Amino acid sequence: MSFTEEGLSPAAGVPNFEEDDIERLDDESVFARFLWMFRKNKLAAFSLLVICVIMLAALTVPLYTPYDPNKPSLGERFAPPSPAHWAGCDDLGRDQFVRLIYGARISIMIGLLPTTLSMIIGTALGLVAGYFGGSADFWIMRLADIVLAFPSLLLAMVVSYTLGGGIMSIFVALSVVSWAGTARVIRAQTMSLREKEFVEAARSIGVRPCVIIFRHILPNCVPNLIVLFTLNIPGAIMNESSLSFLGVGAAPPSTSWGLMIFRYKTYLMSYPWLAIAPGLAILVFVLAFNFLGDGIRDAMDPYMKD
Amino acid sequence: MGRFIVNRILISVPVLIGVALILFLLLNVVPGDPVTVMMGEHIKPNLIEVFRERMRLDDPVLVRFARYIAGALRGDFGISYKLNREVGGLIAQSFPHTIKLSVYAALVAWLIGIPAGLFSAVKSNTLIDRAFMGFSLLGVSLPVFWAGLLMQYLFAYKLRWLPVNGYYSLKYFIMPAIVLGWGSAGTVARLTRSNLLEIMKNDFIRTARAKGLKESAVVTGHALKNAMLPVVTIMAMQVASLLGGAVMTESIFGIPGLGLIAVRAISMRDMPLLQGTILFSTALVIAGNLIADLLYGFLDPRIRVE
Repeated sequence: MSFTEEGLSPAAGVPNFEEDDIERLDDESVFARFLWMFRKNKLAAFSLLVICVIMLAALTVPLYTPYDPNKPSLGERFAPPSPAHWAGCDDLGRDQFVRLIYGARISIMIGLLPTTLSMIIGTALGLVAGYFGGSADFWIMRLADIVLAFPSLLLAMVVSYTLGGGIMSIFVALSVVSWAGTARVIRAQTMSLREKEFVEAARSIGVRPCVIIFRHILPNCVPNLIVLFTLNIPGAIMNESSLSFLGVGAAPPSTSWGLMIFRYKTYLMSYPWLAIAPGLAILVFVLAFNFLGDGIRDAMDPYMKD
Repeated sequence: MGRFIVNRILISVPVLIGVALILFLLLNVVPGDPVTVMMGEHIKPNLIEVFRERMRLDDPVLVRFARYIAGALRGDFGISYKLNREVGGLIAQSFPHTIKLSVYAALVAWLIGIPAGLFSAVKSNTLIDRAFMGFSLLGVSLPVFWAGLLMQYLFAYKLRWLPVNGYYSLKYFIMPAIVLGWGSAGTVARLTRSNLLEIMKNDFIRTARAKGLKESAVVTGHALKNAMLPVVTIMAMQVASLLGGAVMTESIFGIPGLGLIAVRAISMRDMPLLQGTILFSTALVIAGNLIADLLYGFLDPRIRVE
């Protein structure tokens, strides 16, 4: 066993940062840091490519496919994977590959919309709590404590139960579940920014609080927000597929990857590829977001590495 | 230390009350009359009145909440609509299964996660390190329910090594424990690795090396003990993620624990049962966090002074 100098570098799978890299970072724009990261971190760049390809495929799917995802064709029930049907056909003879891509639409929507909504809520509350402090801070943070105390899947289950199930209730459920983490991070950052000289200078010439928050504090939270955003998406996708799998999420005829696994698990013993393919899709998509998020975090703040 | 313990416990109590209140509000604004849900659509209108009276549903929400809390403290969580049994009894019956599953999963997480993290740190940035860390990221990105299905297909159906589902002996818990523990093992491994690398940079490690200690003694005797502090506490906190994951694991492997009951309660629209199981689970999580806090304070005296 030996700890050599190189053995002490921060994390596996990410490049080593040299001193001048880190110094350079302080003066660069967010965009420049992105470019730099993708040049250094091939895994993150590849992950971004995978995500873009999946998104593009999902958006344009009606343009290039001859198959209808919901139209049964009973002659082709349980057709194994073949050149005509890349991932085979399901119990109603529907093309599995096309259904996977339509399922990606739900997963992308679920990944992006509730995450965006919860980020907006979390950021707003975090800014208010961090900047104004006092009783607003106290109550917002106690609410965040309470939300964070729930296991997120259980809370999402309860909220979607209350709202009666379906896609819309998943949207709300996932937003309700994940704002609190964002609020905590943004609050902490706002509190430290509030004490900085440039904010004090703005305050001393009489700039109104809401202008200070939007002009001076929020832009400085952007790198963190991007990291949080990328790392929250896989959680949302995962929770959606779990909820759909448990039967409290997406309902037919709309397809989601979780729902597909739920549906096809009945045929696991005889036609295993039906349930395997959607799980693989979730795995690839979530893994890509995790790699990308890790890469962005390292690029935004090399000091903050785990 | 005494004051520290009292403080932490006092912080947890309002969170627990908040959790109960939010849960109560969420589940008691559900559209649909509880009596109709309980008795079915074809109940006579005058009977609805009788039951509303008997269940005291016409009292103000806060009064009902206070009554619920008073009951819950005595272990009385109401009576299940559909099973017509005491929710407290159902929880007491299912809780041991969940605990058993979680303990096995935690064992998996410890026994795999710590050695993997240790090994990765010692061999950091080698192929072994990358493989371990990739494997741990896979555990985080893998949908629990899908991994469970795949294992059932492979080990129970194809190879016939293990039973498909059930809860009768240790053999039945092998697959569920691995599926549930994998994600936690990944977290433990990553944390062990990064902490160890951080600790190895300290002066006392250099001193230990300088006095001629063997590298293995430096790692296990000096570094590991310090690096394990946060790891020990994260295990207590993982109660939350284990409980969330237990919902999925239990439904796949047919283990009648808290998670399975909660899922059944949702599909039967059985409000008291759902409320009881979720409240109980969340209370466990809060207790887990409290224990983590206290443990941290106990292991690291610096934390106690705040």
